[in-house]
Amino acid sequence: MPQVTLTVNGKQHTVEVEGRTLLVELLRERLGLTGTHVGCDTSQCGACVVHVDGVSAKSCTMLALQADGTNVLTIEGLAAADGTLHPMQEMFREHHALQCGFCTPGMVMSAVDLVNAHPEGLTEKQIREGLEGNLCRCTGYHNIVKAIAAAWPLMHQKAAAAE
Amino acid sequence: MPFEGIGAAVRRKEDARFLSGRGNYTDDINRPGQLYAFVRRSDRPHARIGRIDTATAAQAPGVVAVFTGADMLADNVGGLPCGWQIHCKDGSPMKEPPHPVIAVDKVRHVGDPIAVVVAETKQAAKDAAELIDIDYQELPAVASMRDAIAPGAPMVHDDAPGNICYDWHIGDKAVVDAAFAKAAKVVKLELTNNRLIPNAMEPRAAVGDFDPNSGDFTLYTTSQNPHVIRLLMGAFVLHIPENKLRVVAPDVGGGFGSKIYHYAEEAIVTWAAGKVRRPVKWTAERTESFMSDAHGRDHDTVAEMALDADGSFLGLRVSTLANMGGYLSTFAPCIPTYLYATLLAGVYKTPVIYCEVKAMFTNTVPVDAYRGAGRPEATFLLERLVDACARETGMDRVAIRRKNFIPTEAFPYQTPVALQYDSGDYQATLDACLKAADYAGFEARRGAAAAKGKLRGIGISTYLEACGIAPSAVVGSLGARAGLYEVANIKVHPTGSVTVYTGTHSHGQGHETTLAQLVTDQMGVPFDQVDVVHGDTGRIPFGMGTYGSRSLAVGGSAMVKAMDKIIAKGKKIAAHLMEASVEDIEFKDGQFSVAGTDKSKTLTDISLAAYVPHNYPIEELEPGLDETAFYDPKNFTFPGGCHVAEVEIDKDTGVAEVVNFVAVDDVGRVINPMIVEGQVQGGVAQGIGQALLENAVYDESGQLLSGSFMDYSVPRANDLPMITVGTEVTMCTHNPLGVKGCGEVGAIGSPPAVINAVIDALKDYGVRHIDMPATPQKLWSIIQSGTPRMAAE
Repeated sequence: MPQVTLTVNGKQHTVEVEGRTLLVELLRERLGLTGTHVGCDTSQCGACVVHVDGVSAKSCTMLALQADGTNVLTIEGLAAADGTLHPMQEMFREHHALQCGFCTPGMVMSAVDLVNAHPEGLTEKQIREGLEGNLCRCTGYHNIVKAIAAAWPLMHQKAAAAE
Repeated sequence: MPFEGIGAAVRRKEDARFLSGRGNYTDDINRPGQLYAFVRRSDRPHARIGRIDTATAAQAPGVVAVFTGADMLADNVGGLPCGWQIHCKDGSPMKEPPHPVIAVDKVRHVGDPIAVVVAETKQAAKDAAELIDIDYQELPAVASMRDAIAPGAPMVHDDAPGNICYDWHIGDKAVVDAAFAKAAKVVKLELTNNRLIPNAMEPRAAVGDFDPNSGDFTLYTTSQNPHVIRLLMGAFVLHIPENKLRVVAPDVGGGFGSKIYHYAEEAIVTWAAGKVRRPVKWTAERTESFMSDAHGRDHDTVAEMALDADGSFLGLRVSTLANMGGYLSTFAPCIPTYLYATLLAGVYKTPVIYCEVKAMFTNTVPVDAYRGAGRPEATFLLERLVDACARETGMDRVAIRRKNFIPTEAFPYQTPVALQYDSGDYQATLDACLKAADYAGFEARRGAAAAKGKLRGIGISTYLEACGIAPSAVVGSLGARAGLYEVANIKVHPTGSVTVYTGTHSHGQGHETTLAQLVTDQMGVPFDQVDVVHGDTGRIPFGMGTYGSRSLAVGGSAMVKAMDKIIAKGKKIAAHLMEASVEDIEFKDGQFSVAGTDKSKTLTDISLAAYVPHNYPIEELEPGLDETAFYDPKNFTFPGGCHVAEVEIDKDTGVAEVVNFVAVDDVGRVINPMIVEGQVQGGVAQGIGQALLENAVYDESGQLLSGSFMDYSVPRANDLPMITVGTEVTMCTHNPLGVKGCGEVGAIGSPPAVINAVIDALKDYGVRHIDMPATPQKLWSIIQSGTPRMAAE
């Protein structure tokens, strides 16, 4: 069987996989990182979104072998090492942007990438359009939109302060 | 200490684990030595099954076993039971054909299980399932109720002539006909309540485990009610006694009703685990969810309102066809009867009502409760009909509602369709909603939209629902085969922390937070020292689970009773410790004090004394501070309110956009306003989805055309507006918390508000009614074919 070597949440793994093994299957079933979810089989729901080399990707639509040599960040790796939540996680909690929690990991990972990609600012319309690839059945998105809008200044101020 | 009791918008306890990827959903559970099941399903809507050749599949790499329905029958496995029996007009019981776990001689819908492969990996099971050779003898199918009821239609079940499951009614037809005979005006509408597919984001999953040493079975499953599953599966399907069967519903990723029912796959993995003596996991692919999760709604209705000359409602007459699908799902028969027809009074004092319902078998996935369950169907019918009454009598649609509202002084109000409402103030919710939606300023917004070439409309829905289910004796007399009380066990531990074991189940509602707030409020225990345990029959007492917005009204009430017992016992212990009389002990904010003195003991002092009973009234009182209470509600609860939707339709594309939505609901006392707001917003999103986007479509042959997220339109962020939520409170008069329930109001009140707005936007096109979903194609066609009447007309 072919081998894939990749870094997940800062830790390097080398795993033998079938050619058809999906990245999400590698994460969930081989590495035990069950925070990344599978909600559909047509690449529509976004519950499986992770970051591959810093950019959001649907891990159900990527072969594990395609991730060879990449740096993958999953929801388990988003908080600081001491457990301090990422500002996006904190704002999701503060604004009640999750109910059942199933879409949440993918939603948060997409939202982080969306905010990162828009240092100039984000309108409500841009946030809603930016979530095109993520379905939530519980919240009606109202509080997700609020949480992302609230996370934007926290994420960009933090970036500005570090420079 | 921040206020964390009743009324505080406390942030949720559950969020830290969900936000960090540490949730524990069924598919996240892996047992040592676990195998994987894949279900081979029918791709034919209706067929006799001849030979099923599993030999090649059984030899495929990694396959451990292949099972068919015949194997289960040979092992004395029973069919999936129905939990509610309806009696027909003539007194005869409904037709209740068998529902085999795996189809035996015939398949009745696309998705019906035919065989199951158990293998070392998911992929091996799936690959092998394709190798099963099935000899189908195709039969003509009935996909729609119109086809099913036609003379000579193919029969889904041999023992259900005319495909009729039951022909039921409520009300006195002669009295209602007499009211129509003397009416000044009769307004009639034919409506369809579109079939929906619930689509909780977590697909159903189940893991069966068997311990050969003890003979114990454990089922981990995506359920809203693990004890109900244990009872149904243990007693009726697999014949496993309760002491040998544990059912765990861990973190569950949304339910909306679809995870109430006992499904085939739960029985399959549990039974198969016993056969192969290894754990067996099954997880639905989304495609399977579409064709095996119970669907919702699907009514065809004719409704007529009789009015007198000044617009008062004299009588309502309704005839409905309700789709049951290919088999009876667990609670299917009660949805279009006791959760639908009994709601037809709504918020109005209509004096007489008659409703008849024919429930039909078709070659489609079984239909059961989906968020609102019967009440959205009743509300859509009523609120569309009331709008039509306004238009056809020339009355204002707000005025006709106000004129016919049940007035506040009429409570308790007995409707002509069995229910007795305890409280409500429909003028208040209407006033608050119209104000928040700036109803008065609408015409200016309509004009501004017209200037941009858009058609703007506003729609109102004033609704009521019945939830907090339910008084056991009442539902028993109506055909329920279960009690619907709830239970709570509350343990005050020796050093004062508290664990609540509730029979309700949280799958997004935030019970771990809201129920803890009750303990903080009533017993003064700090919020962070209260844990709520749910979802495991091995830990919680026998409770009925969560559906019908019942968790606070019924489960919360059971907690209040248990806390009352704890406080009563604590007072006796306190009286002993402080050498006072029990009558003089007061309990407040976690302190037991002797009235009129400065003597007091904390709850922790009392709990420690209860578990270390050295100085303790041991002759009169048992040690421990651990109480269980069961609460059987005295009545349903009746949340209600007003929803106002504003839409803009693009004339060139026919796309209707909800540009403003305001809900003002009376859900009784609010425990956590943040959670209530979130529940209403989520419900409204599903209601807007039903009104504009979602539709389960079968073609004439019975193939499901809308079988994926690419064909079935679950609302996305860009399909929805911000949703403004307000509350007006009248207390429920018959439960100790005064709570009514908030889980379903959003999905119940909103669809007619949206459609009324769409029709208002198209008022110049002569449109009388539009069935849901109001898709761009439908609206574009109306705009293209209609000639707008001139404003001066």
